[in-house]
Amino acid sequence: MSDIRQAGKALVVRILEGDGEASRALRRGAFDNAGLVEPVRTLVQKLTIHADKVTDEDITAAGASGLSQDQIFEIVVCAAVGEATRQYDTALATLRVVAERSGYAPGDPR
Amino acid sequence: MRLAILDSGHGFGTKALFAFIRALSCQPTPEVLKLVMYRPDFFGTHMKEVTHEAMRGPSAWSVGDRELMAAFVSKMNDCEFCIKAHTAVAARAYHDEAKVFGVLSDLETAVIGEPLRATLRMLRKLTREHAVNVDDMHGVLAAGVSVEQIEDALAVCFAFNTMNRLADAFEFLVPGPKTFEAGAKFLLARGYR
Repeated sequence: MSDIRQAGKALVVRILEGDGEASRALRRGAFDNAGLVEPVRTLVQKLTIHADKVTDEDITAAGASGLSQDQIFEIVVCAAVGEATRQYDTALATLRVVAERSGYAPGDPR
Repeated sequence: MRLAILDSGHGFGTKALFAFIRALSCQPTPEVLKLVMYRPDFFGTHMKEVTHEAMRGPSAWSVGDRELMAAFVSKMNDCEFCIKAHTAVAARAYHDEAKVFGVLSDLETAVIGEPLRATLRMLRKLTREHAVNVDDMHGVLAAGVSVEQIEDALAVCFAFNTMNRLADAFEFLVPGPKTFEAGAKFLLARGYR
């Protein structure tokens, strides 16, 4: 499924490097869950660890800090894709290590 | 929906499309459709491609297996909308609702093959703990799962780790069973593009 990597990469490049209402630095910070200030820090932290704990107040606070709805939309998207990407990359790297040590090859059925 | 722009900020053509879909299906516009159709050049167009590849692209896993993985990952993330949506798709794909409910209620006693069970165990740990180790991967490979199958399962996990977070953060309305049934029919017939 090599197309998935290309499609995933295109998604990440678009949301981080393409045009947006939020600055590229803010989108990158949300993606990495790093270098953010309140109230965006709390919103992104919750989204990363347990998104079902995000509340109306978290979104309202982000708006009250001066962010537009489009900027909040982009920040939330970047945070969600960022955490999913970290989990995916971590697991794939672990798989590579195990496959190389054990002599498994892609497509090699046991 | 927590952001008003996702409810009503779409262009005229998209709103007309939503009205057509509502008339045809006799169901409300799915919230997930509102999300991917809002400024689709930013997120939706790419995400639909990613999801379609993961869920309908070539794989040794069946469509039912991948929909079950989607429901299972959603359960690990406590995302009610996605659990219900993909439980309905998996049940319809397998023609076996009991199998899907069995996995979601107790993975260890569910009536499924060991390769799928071992894969779901790994996805459970990855989703809950955000990491897996070499022993976890050894466990999946030892159950007879190929490297490519693990990659494919991780792609499903990527798609739903993203969508679960968005569904919860934007607070998708959770509709009744008829809407999910209609969605399941559509997703099995047309995929995610």
